[in-house]
Amino acid sequence: MTDRMTSTPTRRGAIKTLGAGAAAASLPLWARYAQAQTSAPVKVGFQVHSTGIGAAYGRWYDRTTQAAVAKINAEGGINGRMLEIVAEDDGTDPKRGAEVLEKFANQHGCDVGFGTLFSHVVIGSAPRAGELKLPYFVVSEGHHVASGMLNRYTLQPGITDVKSQVQAMAPYVAKTLGKKVTMIFPDFAFGHDHRDYFTAAMDAQGGEVLAQIAIPPTETSFTKYFPKIPRDTEVLYHVMVGPAVLTFVKELGEFFGPSRPEIFGFIDSLEAVDIASPGLEFLEGTYFWEGNPRYAQADQTEYDKAYRAAVGVDDNGASVSDPKDISTYAHMFGCWETLHVIKAGMEAAGYAGPGDRAALIEAVEAMTEMPHSFEHPQGAKVFNGKTHQVFGHQYISRVEAGRLNVVHKTSIKDTLYSDEVDYTTQSF
Amino acid sequence: MDFGPYLFLATLEGAVGAAVLALTAVGLSLVFGVMRVVNVAHGEFFMLGAVLAWWVATTVGGHPALGFGVALLVAPVLVAGIAAAVDMTVLKRIEYDPERTIVATIGLLYILQQVTLMTYGPDARPVEPPFNARLALPWVEWAEGGLRMYWPWGLSTTSYKLAVIGAAVVVLLGVWALMARTRIGLLMRATQLDREMALAFGIPVERIYALVFGLGAGLAALGAVLVVPIQQAHYLMGADPLLLSFIVVIIGGLGSLPGTVLAAVLIGLSDGIISVFFSPTLAKILATLLVALVLVFRPRGLFGAQAV
Repeated sequence: MTDRMTSTPTRRGAIKTLGAGAAAASLPLWARYAQAQTSAPVKVGFQVHSTGIGAAYGRWYDRTTQAAVAKINAEGGINGRMLEIVAEDDGTDPKRGAEVLEKFANQHGCDVGFGTLFSHVVIGSAPRAGELKLPYFVVSEGHHVASGMLNRYTLQPGITDVKSQVQAMAPYVAKTLGKKVTMIFPDFAFGHDHRDYFTAAMDAQGGEVLAQIAIPPTETSFTKYFPKIPRDTEVLYHVMVGPAVLTFVKELGEFFGPSRPEIFGFIDSLEAVDIASPGLEFLEGTYFWEGNPRYAQADQTEYDKAYRAAVGVDDNGASVSDPKDISTYAHMFGCWETLHVIKAGMEAAGYAGPGDRAALIEAVEAMTEMPHSFEHPQGAKVFNGKTHQVFGHQYISRVEAGRLNVVHKTSIKDTLYSDEVDYTTQSF
Repeated sequence: MDFGPYLFLATLEGAVGAAVLALTAVGLSLVFGVMRVVNVAHGEFFMLGAVLAWWVATTVGGHPALGFGVALLVAPVLVAGIAAAVDMTVLKRIEYDPERTIVATIGLLYILQQVTLMTYGPDARPVEPPFNARLALPWVEWAEGGLRMYWPWGLSTTSYKLAVIGAAVVVLLGVWALMARTRIGLLMRATQLDREMALAFGIPVERIYALVFGLGAGLAALGAVLVVPIQQAHYLMGADPLLLSFIVVIIGGLGSLPGTVLAAVLIGLSDGIISVFFSPTLAKILATLLVALVLVFRPRGLFGAQAV
C-alpha cells in the first residue's frame, strides 16, 4: 500500500501540478496588466432586465448600451482604457438586483454599476451599492434618487425623474385638455411617484384629480378596473408597465367605445408596442408624454439622426433589421447619456481604479450644464450634484395618422423643483 | 358607473375568466382523478398552448381568423403530444409514485418555462382575435311610468369574449360526453375506480394514462389558445392558472368534473367581482381562505367522493 502511494502520483499532487500549469499557461493574461494597471479595461457592471416584466426595456437598454460602448471605444475609450460591459440579468427582481451588484463588486471587479430601470429594483439594489461602495448609475426615472431615499453612491445623471416630468406636463394637461383628471397607474414605487406628484402638480394648476386607480403591474386583465373611472372625467391619465401593456390599452379603448374623454398617457403604456397594432385605433388624437420622440420629427437634430443610426433605430422608432421590433425610444437614450457622463466623470477625476470611486462621484457631483450634443442626443440637461438628479426637456406628442407628432416641448425650467436632499454632505 | 351596470360588467369579466379557468382546472382534475398525479407543470402546459398559438398564427399568416383557427386545432394537439411523451418517458419510469411525480413535474415546470424563455424570448406577444367587435350593452332602470332601457357609459364587452365563454361551454360538454358516453371514457373511469382491477380485465392502463395526461394538458392548452387574443402569450403566464386550478380542484373535490366546473365558475366570478369592488389581492386572499376552510371542514371537497 505504502509502496503504491509513493510510486504513483497522489490526487492532491496532481491537482497542484495542474493548477501551476494552468497559471503558467495563462501567464500572459494576468501578467499583462500587472505593471501597467492603466491598460486594463474599465469594467462597467450592467444590471439588465433581460427577463421578467422589464424584458422589452432590457433588450433595448442593452442595444443602446452596446452602441454607446462601441462609440466610446472607437473614440479611444476612457483615459486611454477600453470600456468593457459586464452584463448580468436581474430578472427585473429587487432581490436578484442586489445579488447582481454584489457579483459586480466582488466577483467581476467592476469599477461601477449601471443601467437599472425599474424603480423597485433600484430601491432594492441601491442600499447594497452603498454598502459595497460601488458607484451605481441608474437610468430609472423614479424620484427615489432625488427624494433622498437612497445614498451618495447612487446617481441618475442620464434621465429625468417622474416628479419633474409630471410637473412639466400638468400645465399643458390643465390648459389644453381639461381640469378634471382620473389617473390609472401601476401599483408600485414608480406609479406612486406619478400618483403623488401629478396630483400635487394638478392642484397647483387649479385642476383636480377625481380618482386614482392603482393596478398591480403583473395584472393581465384590466376591464374590471375601468368602471371606477368617474363619468365626469375630462382627462384620463394613464401610465402602465409590464408585459400586458398592449392588453391594457386595447381594453381601455373597448371600454370607452365612441365616447372617450381626452386621454393623456405616458408612453410607458406603449413602449416597445406598435401604435398601429389592431385595437389601438381609438388612440388617434390622444396625447403622450415622450422622454425622447419615437418618430423622427420634421425638425430632427443631427444628433438624434446620428444616435438613431448608431443604435440601429429607423425613423419610426423600430429596429432597422425588423420593423416590428419597436424600441423603448423614450427611455433608452438614458443609457447612452449615462455612459457618456461616466466617461466624462472618470476623465475629470483621473480615474485609475476602484480606489478612485469617491473621486469619480465627486467629479460627477461637480457637473452642471450638459449641452445638447452627440453625447446628449435627447437635448441639453442640467445636473444637480446635491440631489444626484439630472433635469431636461420633455416632449408631448399627439397621435396623428398613426404616428406620434411632437406638439409641445417643455423648457428645463418647467421641470425644476427645490432640493429635497444634499447627498454631498454624506460621507463616503 | 351605477351599481347595477357595474356589477353586470364585473360578472361578464368574471365569466370570461371562469370559462378559461374551468377548462384548465378540468384538465388538472382529470389527471389527478384518473392517475392520482399532482401535475405541478400544468400551468406550463397552459403557457405552452398560448406560445404555440402565437407561433402557429404567425407562421400561417393571412387573415387573423385563419391563423387563429389553425392554432386552435394545432396548439392543443401539440401540447397533448408533448404531455403524453412526458408521461411515457418520465412518469411511467418512476411508477407514478406520488412524491416522485411531484418532484418530476416541478422539474418539468422549469424545463418548459426556461426552454420557452430561451427560444420564444421574454416578450409578451399578441395573437390577433378572429373577430372582435365592441358590443355596447343596455341596462334597465326604474323611471316614471315603469322600466326604461338605457345604454350606460362604458358598459360593453366584445364579441370575442362572449365567444370564449361559448367555446368553453361547448368543450366542457364535449369532455363530459367523452367521459360518460364513450368507450374510451368508460376505460378511463374504470382505471380511475380501480387500477389493479382494470389491468386484470385487460384494460391497457399505461396507454390510458398517457392519453389522460395528454388530454389534461391539451385542455389547459385549449384554454390558453382561447385567452391569448385577449391576454398575449408570455413565458411567465402559467403561474396564475396553476394556482387557481389547484384552488378550484381542491374546492370542487379532487377528481370530480362537475365539482371542478362549479368551483371554477365560483372562483372565476368572485375573482372578477371582488377585484372590481374591492381589490385583486382580497380576491386571492378569499379564494385561498376558502381552500383552507374546505380542507378543514370538508377535506374531500364539495363534490368529492368519499375516500375509499
